[in-house]
Amino acid sequence: MDLINAVIVLLNYTIIPALTYGSQLALGAIFVTLIYGILRFANFATGDMMSFGTMFAVLLTYYFQSIGINFGFLPTALLTIPFAIFMMIFYMLIIDQTVFKYYRIKKSPPVMLAMVSVGVMFVTQAIIRIIIGPTDRRFLDGEKFILKATEFKEMTGLAEGLTIKSTQLITIVVTIIVVAIMFWFLNKTKTGTSMRAYSDNEDLALLSGIDPKKVVLITWIIAGILATIGGILYGLDKSYRPFVYFNNMLPIFAAAIVGGIGNPYGAFFGGYVIAFAEIFLTYAYKKFLVYLLPESLEPNSLMQLLSTDYKFAISFSILVIVLIFRPSGIFEGKRI
Amino acid sequence: MRNYLNIIIAYSIMMLLIILVGIFQSWSIALTIFNYCMISAVMTLGANIQWGYAGLINFGIMGYTALGGLAVVLVSVAPVPEAWSVGGVNMMTCLGIIILIIFSTRYILKNIQKSNKRNYLIAVIIIVGLILIKIIAGPAIEQIEAVDPAKTGFLGGLGLPVLFSWIVGGLFAAGLAFIVGKVALGLRADYLAIATLLIAEIVVSIIKHEDWLARGVKNVIGLKRPAPYEIDLQTSPWFINLVEKFHSAKLDLANSLSERQDILNQLVIDASSVYVKLCFAGMFLVVVIILLIITQKALYSPWGRMMRAIRDNEEAASAMGKNVVKQHLFIFILGSAIVGIAGAMMVTNDGLFTPGSYRPMRYTFVIWVMVIVGGTGNNFGAILGGFVVWFLWVEAAPIALFFINLFTAHLPETNEIKIHLINSAPYFRFLLVGIGLLLIMRFRPQGIIPEKIIKQ
Repeated sequence: MDLINAVIVLLNYTIIPALTYGSQLALGAIFVTLIYGILRFANFATGDMMSFGTMFAVLLTYYFQSIGINFGFLPTALLTIPFAIFMMIFYMLIIDQTVFKYYRIKKSPPVMLAMVSVGVMFVTQAIIRIIIGPTDRRFLDGEKFILKATEFKEMTGLAEGLTIKSTQLITIVVTIIVVAIMFWFLNKTKTGTSMRAYSDNEDLALLSGIDPKKVVLITWIIAGILATIGGILYGLDKSYRPFVYFNNMLPIFAAAIVGGIGNPYGAFFGGYVIAFAEIFLTYAYKKFLVYLLPESLEPNSLMQLLSTDYKFAISFSILVIVLIFRPSGIFEGKRI
Repeated sequence: MRNYLNIIIAYSIMMLLIILVGIFQSWSIALTIFNYCMISAVMTLGANIQWGYAGLINFGIMGYTALGGLAVVLVSVAPVPEAWSVGGVNMMTCLGIIILIIFSTRYILKNIQKSNKRNYLIAVIIIVGLILIKIIAGPAIEQIEAVDPAKTGFLGGLGLPVLFSWIVGGLFAAGLAFIVGKVALGLRADYLAIATLLIAEIVVSIIKHEDWLARGVKNVIGLKRPAPYEIDLQTSPWFINLVEKFHSAKLDLANSLSERQDILNQLVIDASSVYVKLCFAGMFLVVVIILLIITQKALYSPWGRMMRAIRDNEEAASAMGKNVVKQHLFIFILGSAIVGIAGAMMVTNDGLFTPGSYRPMRYTFVIWVMVIVGGTGNNFGAILGGFVVWFLWVEAAPIALFFINLFTAHLPETNEIKIHLINSAPYFRFLLVGIGLLLIMRFRPQGIIPEKIIKQ
């Protein structure tokens, strides 16, 4: 019995939150990695682009709520995803045409493009703040919980409760669907293959008749879908605040590089590595150990490896360690 | 002279803008902007050494700035004897352990051959060391933080003059740069950018959350100042006399003695704040000029030529027998040290240390915009960039407000869009700076004052 309780504690406080957070990071990391692999620059506007898509979801959710449209027990925000994605892609393509295209055709070094993306970051941030303001916003409606702790205790008779928030389940399910479709697209369709070819060797791809304009267009479309969905899922789970989204860029970068930048599988995996490391290293194991150890050995401290203040610092430290020992990431990515 | 004409024109325009702020807003605001421009200029000088001279991209400016600020606290604040007596020994032991870990690791790296055994040994040393530190420091930290938490709750500093901390800030930043450089300088440019950005975040999060060191997010206020305090000035007769002489015409217009006294009091209060800011401006100007002379000499020395050669063609420079790795590390440390000095100057100017305010937007990206806009590889350009972008950053809100009012003048006061726009005026600074950066990168990628290579 104690063993089951211990497992439930671990599930409730670490594994489920880590899976959720990991999914959100993974979507962002694939976005970073696609832009890096195909358009060949580190996009510092990542967090703000995700924020931009989410902003439309928030505004549309408010609008739908005001005219009485809802999605039953699911959050209304899910209904707004297609519109938000459309706006996001539209914005991304405008940015690409007006800003990035010039440098791509000139074949500027990646650093130059990264600098330009800093400019895009400033502009996007300004637009977001002017439209929606910097405040914290919640836009989750519908059922909040799928499984409540008290219900679970009654059902099983265990001492520990298991809580599953609806946003957690939605995040995981949506991520699996989106990522599965994306990998199918990249591996099985002709367009996807041409994108991978372009990413591996641009000149060879051009020689074999791949249209670079189409590749770039499709990349931005996929990037828009990933960024918007990732942003909306994060916003539903926590809350929407432009500054937080900007900061999320950092663990997302860490995830992409840890997995091997340029490699979508690596990015997907990297998101979970970062999330699990962050949560496992900052979780206080006292409750868990109380169930497992005999009474005489019970710990008196919290048994926490690091204070939760250092959550972000952990992902960055992992990144630094990976960069030192295996610079191309856990899965082989682009050579550094 | 002709070569310098565009520089002189650009600087004159900048000075004119600041003087206009002085005339239209107030001299106090103008001097505040000027001082911050100077601090930004020092930061851009540091970043320009790394990016302009050597092509190293350092997005960790925030971390070095924060370390510079930390140096001010650790040097100038008076020590807290109670905290030292309850936890000083333990903390010093921990410092000893850290040094021991570093040296034993170095020893192993030097004397044992590369093998799995060596890796395990190093891992064991580090893990044992960390556990020891956690055991020794844990209770000590709690005790230190319990000492009068509202006012102190930290070890305090050394109680030395604050100007000394500017040098220490530079040294701190140099130390961090040495570690970062050893770890990350082998990476390709955009990876280096990301790695330095994240390492800076780690540094700031440590400063934020280690309360025993510098009170963390509880901030340290009332730091020492190298300039006189306003309140002292307002009561010292020589200062009042000076103000009286300066404004005698205005004072003579007063009708009665009491009215004259009122006006004089107001003038003295205004003048005292201007005087203090002038003192700071003088000190900052000295730092900027010294740094400018040194960097300018370095740029046109054989060393500067070598750095440019390394930047433009690493392989060729390396083939000519230049030690690229060593020079990169050296210039990375040098640039970061200058940024550290700027961080210390900024905290001295503010008189308070607020770790919570260190954000990558303001302390990394804006500084980078300054470097790019001003002119990479040109020190005059870097300083100008610091001035221009900081001026825009501060004055963007008033400018935006002016234009919003202009364009929405026909709308009634209660119009929702108008109210919304007026409320979001502060965010137009992001727009202005972002568009400025994009335009410069597109149409004048070498910056306002481009790099000038003297052919000999």
